[in-house]
Amino acid sequence: MIDLSGAPADGHRLAGGLDKPVVRLSKVSRTFGADPPVHALRDVDLAIWPGEWVSIVGPSGSGKSTLLNIVGLLDRQTAGMYRLVGVDVAALDDLGRAGLRGRTIGFVFQAFHLLPHRTVLENVMLAELYVGAPRHGRQERARASLNRVGLDDRADFLPTKLSGGQQQRAAIARALVGEPSLLLCDEPTGNLDSHSAESLLDVFAQLSHDGLTLAVITHDDKVASRAGRQVRIVDGALDELTPPSAGNGQVHGS
Amino acid sequence: MKLRRRGRSGPATAKPRLAARDLFEECLASLLARPGRAVLTVLGTVVGVAALAATDIVVTPKTGRTGRAVRQNVLPWDAEQRVGRLNGVVAAGTLTDVNVKGELVRAVPVNDPQGQTQFQVPVKAASPGLFRAVRARLSTGRLPDAGHSARGDRVVVLGPNVAAQLHVTRVDNQPAIYIGDRLYVVVGLLSTVQRQPSLLGSIVIPEGTAQREFGLTAPGSVQVETRIGAASVIAGQLPLALNPADPRVLKVAAPPEPRRVRAGVQRDLNSLFLLLGGVSLLVGAIGIANVTLVSVLERVGEIGLRRSLGAARRHIAAQFLMESTTLGLVGGVVGAAVGTLVVVGVAASRAWTPVLEAWVPLGAPLLGGAVGLLSGLYPSARAAALEPVEALRSTM
Repeated sequence: MIDLSGAPADGHRLAGGLDKPVVRLSKVSRTFGADPPVHALRDVDLAIWPGEWVSIVGPSGSGKSTLLNIVGLLDRQTAGMYRLVGVDVAALDDLGRAGLRGRTIGFVFQAFHLLPHRTVLENVMLAELYVGAPRHGRQERARASLNRVGLDDRADFLPTKLSGGQQQRAAIARALVGEPSLLLCDEPTGNLDSHSAESLLDVFAQLSHDGLTLAVITHDDKVASRAGRQVRIVDGALDELTPPSAGNGQVHGS
Repeated sequence: MKLRRRGRSGPATAKPRLAARDLFEECLASLLARPGRAVLTVLGTVVGVAALAATDIVVTPKTGRTGRAVRQNVLPWDAEQRVGRLNGVVAAGTLTDVNVKGELVRAVPVNDPQGQTQFQVPVKAASPGLFRAVRARLSTGRLPDAGHSARGDRVVVLGPNVAAQLHVTRVDNQPAIYIGDRLYVVVGLLSTVQRQPSLLGSIVIPEGTAQREFGLTAPGSVQVETRIGAASVIAGQLPLALNPADPRVLKVAAPPEPRRVRAGVQRDLNSLFLLLGGVSLLVGAIGIANVTLVSVLERVGEIGLRRSLGAARRHIAAQFLMESTTLGLVGGVVGAAVGTLVVVGVAASRAWTPVLEAWVPLGAPLLGGAVGLLSGLYPSARAAALEPVEALRSTM
């Protein structure tokens, strides 16, 4: 079954050659358990186009974490079709999903997930461990990535010596290594004070300006409002708050 | 192919892979993050492999304290004095079978028509030093001395079996026996001898007496007791000391070394070490398994992160297997070294010869690695089975 409901009507995306959405969910459902079944996601249609900054908002328990897990290939949908960079993920085994995940998605977690015994640089270098990148130049690429988030002067620090904002920027640097197709952020400001959160959003704005595709899950309206497009998920069902066509067109032209 | 790859680029669906060198570096970094724990974990394997390594190192005691016999009819009458001068000889004496020409032995005067009163008993001639050389013990009486021999006195010492046959139980009443028709006074009764057990069933007369009464022409053999470890040296010197003109006509009989006893002791020791090693290895394996499992549970967040970075289940399993195998391998190497050092040290302090089997330096690390690999199977399976969603819920 082919469902085009998530496809935008405007044709200018084709002009840039970016005719494929990074993420396309078609009637995706996720049900947990059987007796009684819990419907975490119901018939979700979502397309995220290259260069978009999408925020996904919703109260806790609404299903936004489930959505993130499915988009991030950490979980499998129970119904519907999901194409990531055009690849139907249902056909992939664990190895294939891991490879696709490692190459196309950069994750940013609420709790940063930095290895405490490794320096910031080593943590960033972890990003290339599983994707078949050559060892040669790994350190340089990691430094370049740290430079991109303004953390190159902390490269040799242990993460425990950094502030929360710095740790999260280190995590973003790790996610950016190798130019992912999608930066998938799960409550990235959840552990940060408002000042750190603000400067982190500035980093996101810069990345988005550079053409990176961002999907940010949050329950913070301030964070959500910085995105060009907002979708809301309530009881497993998805609504567009900002129409995909509004305010996003210029991004794809860049 | 390599040139086409840059960063995460390349086909998005390409299989993830983990280079062996990366895997090894990750493993080392994880182990070195908690060095104390790694050291403690390795200890069990160290002890186990050390004990097993010790099992296969054979200790060979040097030649022990043994008696020596020299037989030939060309021995000089002063053999006892000649041998006694050799350094390392504790005692020496001649022992000769006396040809009594079929004469029977009887006690005096027993008139028992029912019982047998005359016996054919071997008679042996001994120099005074012989009794020390065979470590004879008396139950009563005394031993003949050089004076008896020089004078050719008709005195005898009875072996316990002969004494029982002749019903001689005491010497304070000066019992006498007949050999043929000649009367001999019993001066002592033997109870035990350490060597030449044939003495227990013999009548022993002084060498001089045998010369005079039975025409003994030369000593038949020399019994020698040496100090511990001197036996082989003495054995080489004996022929020269006894017959310098033609040492080759003498036959030196060294009693077989107690190899079987030693082999038995070694076998018991080996099975003890084997048991000890096996138990220690088992404990070591459980220790590694336990620590690796704890490590997995502690690092759930890290596992989740690695999955998010593109690690497949097999890569997670490989990492923890590598860590447990490395622990076992290090334990094997250290254990082989410790085991070898201990055995060499003990052998050196006991003047033993340690023999190191070829498998120890190669096999011990492999054994340790195998133990580590087996220990890591369950924890790594647990780690690989973790769902990334669950794993990422845990903070680091």
